[in-house]
Amino acid sequence: MSGDRMPLLVQVLRAPHAVQALDLPGWSLLLRQAERADMQATLLALLEDADLLETVPDAPRTHLEWIRTGATRHAQAVRNEVRQILRALDGLDLPVILLKGAAYAMAGLEAGRGRRFSDIDILVPKASLPAVESALMQNGWATTHHDAYDQRYYREWMHELPPMEHVLRGNVIDVHHAILPETAALHPDPAKLRAAAVPIDAPDAAPGGMRLAILAPHDMVLHSAVHLFSEGEFHHGLRDLFDVHRLLGQFGPAPGFWDGLVPRARELDLGRPLFYALRHAMRVFGTPVPAQVVRTVASCGPGPLRTALMDTLFGRALRPPHPDCMDALSGPALGLLYVRGNWLRMPPLLLVQHLFRKALISPRKPL
Amino acid sequence: MLTVAALPLPELGARLRGDGLLLRTGPFVNCVRTDVASLAAGIAAMYADYPVEAPGGFVDFHLNLRRPRGLRQWLRPQVAFDQDGLAPFQPLPVAQAYPMLEWLLNWCVSQRAHGYLLIHAAVLERHGRAVILPAPPGSGKSTLCAALVGHGWRLLSDEMTLVRPADGLVAPLPRPVSLKNASIGVIRAAFPDAVLSPSVEGTSKGTIAYLRAPRASIARAAEPASPAHIVFPRYEAGAATRLEPVPKARAFMQVADNSFNYPALGRQGFDTLARLVDACGCHTFRYSDLGEALARFDRLAREGA
Repeated sequence: MSGDRMPLLVQVLRAPHAVQALDLPGWSLLLRQAERADMQATLLALLEDADLLETVPDAPRTHLEWIRTGATRHAQAVRNEVRQILRALDGLDLPVILLKGAAYAMAGLEAGRGRRFSDIDILVPKASLPAVESALMQNGWATTHHDAYDQRYYREWMHELPPMEHVLRGNVIDVHHAILPETAALHPDPAKLRAAAVPIDAPDAAPGGMRLAILAPHDMVLHSAVHLFSEGEFHHGLRDLFDVHRLLGQFGPAPGFWDGLVPRARELDLGRPLFYALRHAMRVFGTPVPAQVVRTVASCGPGPLRTALMDTLFGRALRPPHPDCMDALSGPALGLLYVRGNWLRMPPLLLVQHLFRKALISPRKPL
Repeated sequence: MLTVAALPLPELGARLRGDGLLLRTGPFVNCVRTDVASLAAGIAAMYADYPVEAPGGFVDFHLNLRRPRGLRQWLRPQVAFDQDGLAPFQPLPVAQAYPMLEWLLNWCVSQRAHGYLLIHAAVLERHGRAVILPAPPGSGKSTLCAALVGHGWRLLSDEMTLVRPADGLVAPLPRPVSLKNASIGVIRAAFPDAVLSPSVEGTSKGTIAYLRAPRASIARAAEPASPAHIVFPRYEAGAATRLEPVPKARAFMQVADNSFNYPALGRQGFDTLARLVDACGCHTFRYSDLGEALARFDRLAREGA
């Protein structure tokens, strides 16, 4: 279908009042696009904030109420899971830094309103990994990757332990010691991220001695950007770009935020991802970014040809993953970005070995 | 009101292949699209009396069942399901297209319709009293349900009981009753007039056939029913017919175990289930003789909770 027409979901994310023009098939389409983008609860939150819920016709309103039930449950489950994690790590004398979705939710940020996520991500010092892992194991979390190669892949080359799943609750925790793989070309120093982290209140009934924290505003934006623009898979691309948009919307007005953003990105080796994040947030959501910042960050971007190529690729990856929003180039674009994601993750020789191993040697999961 | 039976077959096929058949089941509108001819025939036979909505309205659930292209379509034809490009399940042999549609219609409700407490249970009504039959597979729930339907009870649902949190009433979702293995022959023998779909062999649940829902039950699909009894049935060869009380706390836990979304509903789920169990007589029911079972249920329908 049309590649240039702005998808309905994006129109509504930019300006929620656009829903007032929708007929019932339009509402069906909006909810389906939101579901595929995993942004249904975000849509509900935006409509609520704009006082539009009362204007929604009965049938889609019923769906929004179904979504509310799931969202309420999700928010409760996150609080409880963070509490359980703090209990498990009590006594290790380290701050637990929440990343991404769990951070937005627990800090009460705009970006957390209606934001769904399946795993809780935390950042701890690399030296503490063994202690953290054993404390989690003693409290019911177990590793999910039993293949010896997968264990080596995570432990030697990645920036996190293999994901751990709680045996009773089924919830998954990703324990990170950095925000990019050890083998990636960019090396944002995790010690700098930890040093700038900001404490937040722990949920009720969590152990008193535990310190819960989130990344500082600049670092949070940069992490969101690097996560989105270094990954190979984009089924949450639109949702993650909306995170960037909402974080910038909330932090932007604070004094000094814009002046410090590009210098901090350079300091952490994250200028390129910031360039892409600002460019595409502005293009897709009309995020207000000061002209001075746009000019400065341009020096972190690639040349004009490469920028144009990447616009073509990201332009497709950052649409709702709904058949109505795709065109003939969507498949090839996602394929190339997948290759790029792996390319950024590992040096070429290691990558070839890894892909060879994954394609031909690792046992297939039974269907 | 337009029904599936009122659509000429070519028109039904054209809608299914085109923008979709807007099929109303209970409170929901399903948009079904398929290029599988046997599925169109199955829908024509089993959903003849169901309302068809006009295009231009709201659709609750979209179901797209297609034959995948490629070499396999000539060797071992399959049917694949997708929803807006997402394919959560493996394709099945094309002979299982009709059971697949039934499973998917249930799946759509169980995944999303959190406006109800959803219980994996048959529910039927007589004399204004609804009886809920929660049970794991293999307990003879569907056989009993089909027999009660043949005996004149109103079918609210064979598979999914929808309890409304606001008033505690059960919203009907009458759809074909699934019969497995030996119960297909049992129901054919007991109710020679019953309309059954062709049997499909080799599904993950064995041989399966569907009993058409009675026209009168479909016509009353908008009319909720007041729950009076929760009965946990258990078919046991040679067992004497026995209805015995169950303590309410245990009944509560057993129904919660059989619910699709009890945890998702949080406090509201607890309140809704507590109110339901409070309002109902709770029993276990063992049987082997269908005739005696029907007689016992008729007595139950005359008794309050």
